[in-house]
Amino acid sequence: MKNSNSNTMIAVTGLKKSFENNHVLSGIDLKVKKGEVLAIIGPSGSGKTTLLRCLNFLETPNAGSVRISDINVDTDIDLKKQKRAIRELRQRAGFVFQNFNLFPHRTVLKNIIEGPVIVKKEELSDAEKRARKFLKKVGMANKENAYPSALSGGQQQRVAIARALAMEPEVVLFDEPTSALDPELVGEVLAVIKELASENRTMIIVTHEMAFARDVADRVIFMADGQIVEEAPAKELFSSPKRERTKRFLKKILQES
Amino acid sequence: MIDLLLGSVPFLLKGTAFTVGLSAGSMVLGLSLGFIVAFMHLSPSIFFKWPAMFFVSFIRGTPLIVQLFLIYYGLPEFGIRLDPIPAALLGLSLNVGGYTGEILRGAINSVDKSHWEAAYSIGMTPAQAMRRSILPQAIRVALPALGNTFLSLLKDTAIAATIQVPELFRQAQLISARTYEVFAMYLSAAAIYWILSTVISRFQSKMEKQSNRHLRAS
Repeated sequence: MKNSNSNTMIAVTGLKKSFENNHVLSGIDLKVKKGEVLAIIGPSGSGKTTLLRCLNFLETPNAGSVRISDINVDTDIDLKKQKRAIRELRQRAGFVFQNFNLFPHRTVLKNIIEGPVIVKKEELSDAEKRARKFLKKVGMANKENAYPSALSGGQQQRVAIARALAMEPEVVLFDEPTSALDPELVGEVLAVIKELASENRTMIIVTHEMAFARDVADRVIFMADGQIVEEAPAKELFSSPKRERTKRFLKKILQES
Repeated sequence: MIDLLLGSVPFLLKGTAFTVGLSAGSMVLGLSLGFIVAFMHLSPSIFFKWPAMFFVSFIRGTPLIVQLFLIYYGLPEFGIRLDPIPAALLGLSLNVGGYTGEILRGAINSVDKSHWEAAYSIGMTPAQAMRRSILPQAIRVALPALGNTFLSLLKDTAIAATIQVPELFRQAQLISARTYEVFAMYLSAAAIYWILSTVISRFQSKMEKQSNRHLRAS
């Protein structure tokens, strides 16, 4: 389904998700403009990761619809009949996992060309050429023949970002990209994401790095108990939060750090 | 006695050829069947799942010699008459199919869900994810057990002697009956099985090393 509103890159409507009787998302509405960087913060269990995973249907929402670019998937229609649309949508939305999830049996370069060659049927030589370009971008050009197990967490995550970019997605979704990293490796990954943000890519970043969210995001959403509690331009939300729940959360985070 | 032993060599070699051929043939056919059984077992549909479960249960729950007798002596009652070698090949392949089916199913299940998600996240179909991400990792997990199955198979081919297949054990039986060199003949047969097993073990550890190369830090 095409949508004429070309300025809105992501549109989420009435998204609901529950596991058993536990309502994890209770009706999320969300729009992200083209080129906008959105950070989602909130306590664990607030539903922020589930929301991100529902956006590319790694998690199946119980209700609502998701549009990314020109692809719309609506749970009112049997999702089994929208398998192709879901795969198309996933190609438009690169996903970066908390635990990197590289293909362990493939070298760095092979990890990156996997999607372009197998899914998009690109020529091997073209795919490799572009893969090297992305590896250079994330500072991993000298590691193309290494296996993931030989890399540090930070290096693996940078390769995972290159793998997502290699599909030339219109949106990149980051699910707590630095949460599984040793503290000294967080910086190198955040630097790469920051650079992507400066290129006016549309991105959603679920993160616990508050300073990073404030510096990089255009807009921040605070989630709690499966709902969007507050949303505001990044600097505004951190300097003058309006809702009591947001204030409590930020205060607690600041005390801990 | 030396002459007797030397004279038996061609027969033992002929038997060895049958043993190796029967083992290799049953492994290829059995492993192919094993993949089919594993995928059927993993299917959400009971029309695939239940026959696979029934098959695996029967193969693992009954003696191989009984399975071979059912095929060679039992099927003729229904007009299906198989020569010894096709009957043995069929019986051994079904047997290997049951065991490797269960090994492969377990190995596929052992691959973490996150690897499916990684494949899905770049837009792969379930079949692409299985072929490109899950199976290569599952086979690595399955290799030791598959190697053991092949080792057992090699020795189980001796049971085919009971349905007149002229393999190694059967040759040793025939020669010892003729020459009364009972101990020497069975010892020769044992030595040949042992050598073949050693070759398989070597091959197995080579394959395992090869498949684990990505786990060594470079």
